[in-house]
Amino acid sequence: MDHPQRLLDVQDLRVRFETNDGEIRAVDGLSFRMRAGETLGIVGESGSGKSQTVLSMLGLLASNGRAEGRVDFRGTDLLSLTPSELNRIRGDAISIIFQDPMTSLNPYLRISKQMAEVLVLHKGMSEAEARRRAIEMLDAVKIPDAANRVDRYPHEFSGGMRQRVMIAMALLCQPALLIADEPTTALDVTVQAQIMHLMRELKADFDTSIILITHDLGVVAGLCDTVLVMYAGEMVEYGPVEEIFERPLHPYTQGLLESVPRLDRRGGTRLHSIPGNPPNLLHLPPGCPFQPRCERRLDRCAVEKPSLVEVGPDRLRACHLEVSHD
Amino acid sequence: MLAYAFRRFLGAWPTLLLIITLAFFLIRVAPGGPFDTDKMLPPEVQANLDKKYHLDEPLWMQYGRYLWDVAHGDFGPSFQYKDYSVTELIGAGFPVSLRLGLSAIALALVVGVTFGTLAALRQNSRLDYTVMALSMTGISIPNFVMAPLMLLVFAVYLHWLPAGGWNDGALPNMILPVIALALPQIAYISRLTRGSMIEVLRSNYIRTARAKGLPERVVLMRHALKPGLLPVVSYLGPATAGIITGSVVIEQIFGIPGIGRYFVQGALNRDYTLVMGVVIFYGVLIIVFNFIVDLVYGLLDPRVRY
Repeated sequence: MDHPQRLLDVQDLRVRFETNDGEIRAVDGLSFRMRAGETLGIVGESGSGKSQTVLSMLGLLASNGRAEGRVDFRGTDLLSLTPSELNRIRGDAISIIFQDPMTSLNPYLRISKQMAEVLVLHKGMSEAEARRRAIEMLDAVKIPDAANRVDRYPHEFSGGMRQRVMIAMALLCQPALLIADEPTTALDVTVQAQIMHLMRELKADFDTSIILITHDLGVVAGLCDTVLVMYAGEMVEYGPVEEIFERPLHPYTQGLLESVPRLDRRGGTRLHSIPGNPPNLLHLPPGCPFQPRCERRLDRCAVEKPSLVEVGPDRLRACHLEVSHD
Repeated sequence: MLAYAFRRFLGAWPTLLLIITLAFFLIRVAPGGPFDTDKMLPPEVQANLDKKYHLDEPLWMQYGRYLWDVAHGDFGPSFQYKDYSVTELIGAGFPVSLRLGLSAIALALVVGVTFGTLAALRQNSRLDYTVMALSMTGISIPNFVMAPLMLLVFAVYLHWLPAGGWNDGALPNMILPVIALALPQIAYISRLTRGSMIEVLRSNYIRTARAKGLPERVVLMRHALKPGLLPVVSYLGPATAGIITGSVVIEQIFGIPGIGRYFVQGALNRDYTLVMGVVIFYGVLIIVFNFIVDLVYGLLDPRVRY
């Protein structure tokens, strides 16, 4: 390992799905790196490939999906591992929280069983030991009366509480990398805030690196160090979080930022929205995939696809527009 | 739970009364009577017989008398097997039918669930298509066609197995009737298992289980099997009914001295009391089995509470 502090190095990741209508390229040549301790936000609309990126890293693609490229995690290429080798890493060094807490826990098993099995599997704990640890973890995510509720079934918890259980379950083995795939999308706004607050606390307590997937830039601002913006399976902009928020360089990022509702703007102004819909991945437009929706489109945008260029230290962008230096 | 059991117990009586009433009048609507023979009986003899069995009374009186007797546990004498009561005949036939039926259900469950699960795990593979094609055939071919065909091949042509008889339930005598009885159920259960397993294996909580790093075998056995088999458990109620009606045919074809054969012969001979006794017995059996299935369902699914 030449970079001891490097946790993740994704190179030219491609995810494809065979469908009856043809091949879909959900992720098309994505490359990025993560330092240990970093929190990366992957942002984009539905269908931009952000979830498929992380699912492919953990071997969790649907059966018609295939992943190519390299995903080096601490020097091991995750994509080249056999299922049993991958099973030693997922759930232990890398764990994931899913979008929908209502369906992501097994309704037929007690919480204690679902949590303990992770520790029995990866840490070789006894059932009793694992159960004690599970209760501690539920305490850590602030589930009241954890010692009693650990023996309940998922349907006896509210949505927010279930997501806390999912988070506790993901942190059981102190993972080096925690992936949160839209952890608050399915929750009420007030519960969303609680969960994000909890994630910030846990990030400090557990010293884990996080990939946070979301379409909500507001969520990114509070937690992430770096931001990767995806559109139609490709990266369109990348940079440190302050830079992305203060000086977004891609029209898509600018559009996303303008569509976040804000309290510090004067009333009466309409909330901005990006016109049109995300493109059909089976029939991508010619040139830049964003150009049909872009308000600052140039003539060459429909002809020539902009490549990803470094536009500053640790700053990437794929767009033909001049970088303004105002 | 106890309150639920009691409610179900109360609810069973009207069902049973309905079954008795329908069966009582239906069998009497059928032309002919228990003592009709090729030769006309002398009118005096006929009158004496009718009087002895109260067949000379108006129908509603016979119905009331029958209900009264049944309520006191007396299913009456058989009209045909003159020295036996209906209770004795059912008592003699039931162990045979029970053994046949339970063997068939057990076979259907083991084979059906295994095939269904394999097909679900290898969805759209050759194995999957083979299992599904076979099961479609199994559902489509009624067992009164299947049973004689099997007899012809395995007993008559190949001489591998006896062509009929019970022989106190010896294994060679059991094989053909049990398979014939189980085949349609195997077919149905494997389709049912496949469908629900495919759905479960695609669900979010199975993805969670895989993300934990659990080996696929543990994912299947610990996380997928129970929810995948719930539809099969609820099917066990109707399956019992299917096995019972199936065994009526199968017992007749293979010459097995179970209740099913009494049922057929009773109906042909207009043996009113015997047919009624068997109908009531089957009715109770199905009611009890459905009740057990509902209780088991509650035990398996933590979200079901009575």
